[in-house]
Amino acid sequence: MATTAPTPNPAPVPDAAAKAGPIFGKAAVFEAMAENAAVKALSELATDAKFDRKELTITVARESIVAACEAVKAAGYNFFEDLTAVDWYPQEPRFQLSYHILSHGMKERVRLAVRLDSAGLTLDSITPVWPSANFYEREVFDLFGIHFAGHPRLTRIMMPENWEGHPLRKDYPVEGYR
Amino acid sequence: MASLEAPDMITPGIEDVVANAKLHGNAGTSDHTMVLNMGPQHPSTHGVLRLVLEIDGEAIVALAPDIGYLHTGIEKTCEAKFYQQVIPLTDRIDYLCPMTNNLAYCLAVEKLLELEIPERAQILRVLLNEITRIQSHLVWLGTHAMDIGALTMFLYCWREREDTLRIFESISGQRMMTSYFRIGGLALEPPLEFREQVQNFLDIMPGRIDQYESLLTGNPIWIGRLQGVGTLSAAEAVALGVTGPPLRASGVDWDLRRDMPYSSYEKFKFDVPTSTVGDVWARYTVRLLEMRESVKICQQAMDMLAGMPANGRIVADAPKIVLPYREQMKTQMESLIHHFKIVTEGFAVPAGEVYQAVESPRGEMGYYVVSDGTAKPYRVHMRNPSFATLQALETMCKGRLLADVVAVIGSIDIVLGEIDR
Repeated sequence: MATTAPTPNPAPVPDAAAKAGPIFGKAAVFEAMAENAAVKALSELATDAKFDRKELTITVARESIVAACEAVKAAGYNFFEDLTAVDWYPQEPRFQLSYHILSHGMKERVRLAVRLDSAGLTLDSITPVWPSANFYEREVFDLFGIHFAGHPRLTRIMMPENWEGHPLRKDYPVEGYR
Repeated sequence: MASLEAPDMITPGIEDVVANAKLHGNAGTSDHTMVLNMGPQHPSTHGVLRLVLEIDGEAIVALAPDIGYLHTGIEKTCEAKFYQQVIPLTDRIDYLCPMTNNLAYCLAVEKLLELEIPERAQILRVLLNEITRIQSHLVWLGTHAMDIGALTMFLYCWREREDTLRIFESISGQRMMTSYFRIGGLALEPPLEFREQVQNFLDIMPGRIDQYESLLTGNPIWIGRLQGVGTLSAAEAVALGVTGPPLRASGVDWDLRRDMPYSSYEKFKFDVPTSTVGDVWARYTVRLLEMRESVKICQQAMDMLAGMPANGRIVADAPKIVLPYREQMKTQMESLIHHFKIVTEGFAVPAGEVYQAVESPRGEMGYYVVSDGTAKPYRVHMRNPSFATLQALETMCKGRLLADVVAVIGSIDIVLGEIDR
């Protein structure tokens, strides 16, 4: 274990992209990143966008998630990586779904986001586009209580079948109900 | 009967398998199928995995995995901890590659904080990750061979694994749950004997891999059990979300270390082994070649470290995030205050969301971290390779014999801890 004072760190090399800073808003992102394949594919469907910490997030409406997935798949984003949700309770719209989609060819990923009101916790399943979304949608259903219309078998995957409540919601206590 | 109209390749639920078996069933006659329960306590499922199989004689008609037996709500627990307190939890997700989990989480939080990590720490992180990869592949090889009946392999693999665990113990004080990485760098300066220990291990390892190959690669039983079993095409692998060695064994040349480099992997020269066959044998050969490549990467990292000043920084210059050196904490007022503040209040992380993926021994391990600007993560989600790969199990096993299921489970190298979280 070192007890001697460390040698000073060399000055960090400034990164041009990091200096550029984040870009928020659909118009600004779509102007700055007009060449991006996902931006091109979603020019109609996007409702909001941001480019923060070198990651592109495009928000789409709840109804158009399958169309958006088909559009980015056609644009070369061939690999579904991850789906999860974030509970922004008590804000509305309460839930955010984050789809991470990767392109093996372009070596980049895009995050598709959908915001859901607590009044309507249903959206279309993307399993017809990527069968790999099967377990992920079951997990979000199990832990957040969000329904995926058209999913072949939407059952709990982590918790027991007879479990009450959805543990990853923010109004569910960490220690559970006693 | 959801699975009957479901698109192909969708893994059915248990109810589907049972219902289908009833449909196919012609109870009382000789041509009915039967439902077989395998696990959750079964020696070859590598953890608590339960499979419900519909079998026609010895052939698999349908298969449904049942998971969740190890679900401990790690993602929920993370939301109640300070950012630095999450690191020990990440060890316990995939207990065969704790360092890889540490790295993915630390990189994600560092991306949120926009922290610059010293080069020496980055190289050390790569070195430790590659030793972890070798260690994880040794566990895979030993248990996979043991499932198929080659018990000797288990003992040989455990012999080398012991060396890697000793390295982890000397560097972090722990053999398995190392928690050695920190947000902003590493926990401790490696001890003096670390260099020699790693070098000795790297010197013997290529010969030991030759030894494994001499025991298995030409063995007719091994060949008979592996070749042509559990085939997965490249298109199926991509559609089912398979990553890591099984993806590369199916012919997709994709490795995050090379294609989306992190933690200075771009400075290393290594090959990404692939195969186009996609069977259990291909996964075996790809993983063995990967172990050889990992030894090469470790050697390059050792050479890079030798060229750097000893005692160079291993943590970022961020006193409000990284705990001060013990000596400074006891002699300098400011360091004492920083120490107190970090331990009692944590550190605030600017609001935002990031997804950071690394190549774990099993495939793509991604951490999705959402911050709301406080000292505790608002949401941590782990994208684990085993969870997605398990979806491909049915496609690989359908139509094969019951005994092949054991070979296929071994070949996809799942860890139930990371599936269930």
